[in-house]
Amino acid sequence: MPEAVWVQRLSYAYPDGQQALKDVSFALRPGEKVALVGPNGAGKSTLLLHLNGILRGDGEVQVGGLRVEEKTLGRVRALVGLVFQSPDDQLFSPTVFDDVAFGPIYQGLGRAEVERRVDEALQAVHMQGYAGRVSHHLSVGEKKRIAIATVLAMKPMVLALDEPSAGLDPRARRGLMKLLAELPQAMLVATHDLALVAELLPRMIVMDEGKIVADGDTQVLLRDEALLRQHGLEPLLR
Amino acid sequence: MSGGIFADTHHSMHDPYQPGNSVIHRLDARVKLLLTIALIVTGALAAPGAWIVYVLLLTVTLSAAILSELGVGYVLRRSLLVLPFMLAALPVLFAQPGAALLSWAQLSLTVAGLERFLGVVFKSWISLQAAIVLVATTPMPDLLLALRALRLPGLLVSMTGLMWRYLFLMVEEVQRLLRARLARSSVAADGRRGGGTLIWRAQVAGGMVGGLLVRSFERSDRVYAAMLARGYDGEIRLLPRPPAAVWNVVVLVAGLLFFAFVTVLGVLYA
Repeated sequence: MPEAVWVQRLSYAYPDGQQALKDVSFALRPGEKVALVGPNGAGKSTLLLHLNGILRGDGEVQVGGLRVEEKTLGRVRALVGLVFQSPDDQLFSPTVFDDVAFGPIYQGLGRAEVERRVDEALQAVHMQGYAGRVSHHLSVGEKKRIAIATVLAMKPMVLALDEPSAGLDPRARRGLMKLLAELPQAMLVATHDLALVAELLPRMIVMDEGKIVADGDTQVLLRDEALLRQHGLEPLLR
Repeated sequence: MSGGIFADTHHSMHDPYQPGNSVIHRLDARVKLLLTIALIVTGALAAPGAWIVYVLLLTVTLSAAILSELGVGYVLRRSLLVLPFMLAALPVLFAQPGAALLSWAQLSLTVAGLERFLGVVFKSWISLQAAIVLVATTPMPDLLLALRALRLPGLLVSMTGLMWRYLFLMVEEVQRLLRARLARSSVAADGRRGGGTLIWRAQVAGGMVGGLLVRSFERSDRVYAAMLARGYDGEIRLLPRPPAAVWNVVVLVAGLLFFAFVTVLGVLYA
């Protein structure tokens, strides 16, 4: 089985010349759950945007063995479910159903299949019965779940989540962690929430200034206080 | 569709202000604003066939473009923005009485119509050039102060200022929405042709616009609450500006006299 994500020597500079990624290489096995941590501006979000080809840098990115290039973009975008930090950006349709159905309808699936996908996705995030609701009126935690459902409806192989626990109250955060633990997909989670990382994600990649500065077992890295402090992270209280 | 323009939030929207230290940059914002308005009014007052007025005004805008060190190219390129508005002036071509140059069915294009049409196009083109030089050489806050100094009601100035402030945020918001849509615009496992119907895509876009409107309303409420919390009472107070230097006043008087002369010339010529 091919790697879920395979990134080789990826570098990217924004058009204004700012170097956001420098020679980044790593791979994710199918089902592997990995944290992506580092200070603001380290390049975490930029890296996530490369996984489904919204940004295209120098180097190679493969998803499920499929090389990310112009002609594979459509397929790659189905394989990588990108969940943005702000659910308000992710949920651009009037109702929850419309939003979750966007991916399947865009893919040209038939009506019955679209409805089945929406049901399954809402069920997976425990939001059955929300299909007719107006996204705008949901709580942040609910919006976050719907945002995840919108990508699950495309049956992705990998979930790329940007700051999933930001702005959630403790109960919503707990619920989200439970949900992420249940989902079978490979996961790359960009976050500052080291408690979430410790509990949920056995492997951790530390980025700073566009480079991967550490990649290894979460429990080992979290004990390396010098490393964490050097890269603007705070060791957890034990 | 690699998403380049949608994904590129670093170059989302540009402030038209081009920093510089030219004589036009250093001219007091109030003087620049008054002269710009005078130029536009002079153009508007000119009769349709008063070509001499158009030529004189064009020399003014092009001179300003050169003096401001923006360059004629910069100003002319941006002034192409006027093209879509030419469409609005098209009916003028056929709405004037006189001998027909060309006719189709009920429509006849007359010399008077053509003259009037070209007049409208020239006037808008030159006015736009003046406005381009003004906003490219004057930072927005100075321009707002100048508007206030010219007794534009404070509420309108505040609205303009807030609009300016939040326009950038709104553009970024739109870009994030488009990026989110792009991220889910995918192809099914069997590779079938997708993309949805035109009507469906229009509905999605309509939903986005509606959502944006609702969010803008909510943001305006939050911003207003934050303003009230800091004691806002309808007038944004700023530190007083020093009076314009003497050379600014000289430029202003000379400029106004010139535009008055051009206006008279236009009347005599027509």
